[in-house]
Amino acid sequence: MLRLMQTIRRFEERASTDYVAGDIYGTVHCYIGEEAVAVGVCSALNRDDQIISTHRGHGHCIAKGADLNRMMAELYGRETGYCKGKGGSMHIADFDIGMLGANGIVAGGISIITGAGLAAQIEGKGRVAVSFFGDGASCAGPFHESLNIAAAWKLPMVYVCENNLWAVNTAASTTLAVQDVAARAAGYGIPGIVVDGNDIFAVHAATTEAVARARAGDGPTLIECKTYRHRRHTERPSQPDVRPQAEIDAWMKKDPIDRLVDHLQAQQGQLSVEEWQAMDAEILQQVEDSVSFAKASAFPSPDRVTDDVFAA
Amino acid sequence: MRQISYAAAGMEAFIEEMERDPTTFHLSTDAPPPLVERFGTSRVRGTPIAEGALTGMAIGAAGSGFRPIIDWRMVTFSFVAMDQVVNQASKIHYMFGGQTKFPILYRCTVGGGLRMAAQHSQSPYSMFMNLAGLKMILPSTPYDTKGLLKTAIRDNNPVISFESTRLLTMMGEVPEEEYTIPFGVADIKREGKDVTIVALAWLVHEALAAAETLEAEGISVEVVDPRTLVPMDTETIRASVRKTGRLVVADEAGPTCGASAEIATLVTEDSATFKCLKASVRRVCALQVPIPYSPTLEDVVFPNREKIAAAVRVVMTEA
Ligand SMILES: Cc1ncc(C[n+]2csc(CCOP(=O)(O)OP(=O)(O)O)c2C)c(N)n1
Repeated sequence: MLRLMQTIRRFEERASTDYVAGDIYGTVHCYIGEEAVAVGVCSALNRDDQIISTHRGHGHCIAKGADLNRMMAELYGRETGYCKGKGGSMHIADFDIGMLGANGIVAGGISIITGAGLAAQIEGKGRVAVSFFGDGASCAGPFHESLNIAAAWKLPMVYVCENNLWAVNTAASTTLAVQDVAARAAGYGIPGIVVDGNDIFAVHAATTEAVARARAGDGPTLIECKTYRHRRHTERPSQPDVRPQAEIDAWMKKDPIDRLVDHLQAQQGQLSVEEWQAMDAEILQQVEDSVSFAKASAFPSPDRVTDDVFAA
Repeated sequence: MRQISYAAAGMEAFIEEMERDPTTFHLSTDAPPPLVERFGTSRVRGTPIAEGALTGMAIGAAGSGFRPIIDWRMVTFSFVAMDQVVNQASKIHYMFGGQTKFPILYRCTVGGGLRMAAQHSQSPYSMFMNLAGLKMILPSTPYDTKGLLKTAIRDNNPVISFESTRLLTMMGEVPEEEYTIPFGVADIKREGKDVTIVALAWLVHEALAAAETLEAEGISVEVVDPRTLVPMDTETIRASVRKTGRLVVADEAGPTCGASAEIATLVTEDSATFKCLKASVRRVCALQVPIPYSPTLEDVVFPNREKIAAAVRVVMTEA
C-alpha cells in the first residue's frame, strides 16, 4: 500500500514538472495528499470490481493497477497512451482493470458507475462498483439521483466522497448545509460513514465492510473520507488558490504517506530507513522509465483523427 | 484609445450593469473576486456545483422581477442544465402567453485549441440556435464583448453569451465612455469586393489574417462578423454576398447543422442573392469529431487562416 501511495505521489510530481515544462498539455489536477483514499479503497477490491474516477484521476488509476507507462504516454499525448492520445490527464481509463475512466464533468461519473453496479447486480457474480467523487460533486444532481436508485434497488455500490474541503476556490462550508457529506446517506436509508481519509487503515477497513455489505446484497454505503489536496486545484502556474495558509500547513502535517511511514517505522522490523529509501528510489526509476517510454513513443498520426468516432 | 483584454471587457460590462441595475445578481461555481468586492456576497454568490438548479433558479428569479446573470463557466457545464434551458427557459415566455418577462443572461466560454480534450473543447452554439426563444451573442473583440454583454443584460429575454476561450487574453480598444451594441447588427470587420468571408468569434481574426495574405495575391476579401447568432443580421450578410458574388463561412464548430450551415442557407435561399453567386458556397469548419487531446490530432481538427485562404482560392477559381 505504501508503494502504491508513493507511486501516485512521484508520478504526479513528475507530471506536474513536465506539464509546467510544456511536455504535457492542457491541464493536470494532482491528487497529492489524498493518496490514502484511492489506495485504501482499491486495496479492498478485486480486479474485476469496477471503479470510476474524477478530473483528479491519476491516483485512482494507479491504485486500481494501471500501467504507468501507458498513463504517462497518455499525458504526453502519444499513440501508446491508454486512449491513443485522445484523452490526456482528465480522461484516462483502463477497462481491463475495471477503471471506467476519469471524467471532466463533476459528478458525471456517478451515474455511469451506478449503471455498472446495476450490471453487476443483474449478472449476479458478486462484483461491486465504486464511485469516487469530491465534496463539490456531492452537491450535484447525479449524486442524489444515483444514491436514491442504488439504495432503492440495493445495488452493490460503494460511494466514496473525497472531501478535501474545497471545490476549486469555493469552500465546502459555504455550499453544504451539513457538516458531513456522509449525513446525507440517512436521506436515502443507507449507512453513511465518516473516516479519516489520511489514515489508510481506516479507509481500508471502512471499505472492506462496505464491500462485504454490497456483495451480500445489502446495498450501497456512502463513505466520506476527510482529506486535503496539498496543491492548487490544477498545476497551471497562474491557478489562484484562496485557501488559508494555516489550513494548508495544518493538513501538510497530516500527510498520509508520512503517517504510514511513521507507523511502519515505529513497529520493529516493518520498514527500515534503508528499505524506505530503496523503495522510493525504485519508484522514482519506474516513473523515469514511464517518461522514457512516453518520449520514445510516437505522436498519433493526424490521419487517426477520425478513428473511434464510432465503434465498428 | 485604451486597450483592455476581452476578459476584462466582459468584467467591465458586468460591473457597469450591476451598478446601474440593482435587480441584477450573479451566480457561478467560482464567484469572480472583482464582483464580490464591489457588490458583496448577497448579489454575487459562489454556488454549489449544481448548474441545473442555477439555470432553473435564474428563470424563477427573472419571473419575479430580477435580472440574473448565471456564469456557467464553460459551455461544457451547461449540458447538465439542458432541461432548464431547453424545456423551460427557451419556451416559458411563449408558452405562458407572454404574461411576464424572463430577462436572464447565461454566460459561458466556447472553443478549443488548448489541448483540453473532448469535454472541455466545445462550440455547440448551433444546438441552442435550434431552439426558439433564446438570443445568442458570440463576440470576437473586447469592444464587441463589452457592448454586446451590456445589451444582453438589458434585454428582456434569456440571452446566452458564448465567449471564445482563445480570445480571453486578446487586447483591443475599448472606450472609457459608456456604449452598447444592438443585437442583430453584423460588423464588417474588413471591406472587400471579390469574396465575402462570414467568420465567427476567433475565426474573425484568422479570416482577417487570411485576407492580408490574399490581398498580396490580388484577391480583395470582405470579412463579416455577425456578432449575434440570434438574431442574425441576414441582410448585411446577403448584401455583402450580392456585392462580392462569393461566400466562405468560417466556424470553429463542426459543420453538421452548424451556424455555418444556417448562414450558407440564408444566402442561397434568397433568390436575389443566389443569382449573384459566381461560385459554390464553401464552409471552413472543424472536423465532425469530438476534440482530441494530442497536439498532432487537435491541430488538424480546427480551421485556421491557411484553410480559409485555401477555400477562398477555390471559390475564386471556380467557373
Ligand atoms: C458540471 C461541472 N461544473 C463545473 C466544473 C468545473 N470544475 C472542475 S473541478 C471543479 C471542482 C470540483 O470539486 P470537487 O468535486 O470537490 O473535487 P476536487 O476538485 O476537490 O477534487 C469544478 C467546479 C465541472 N468540471 N463540471
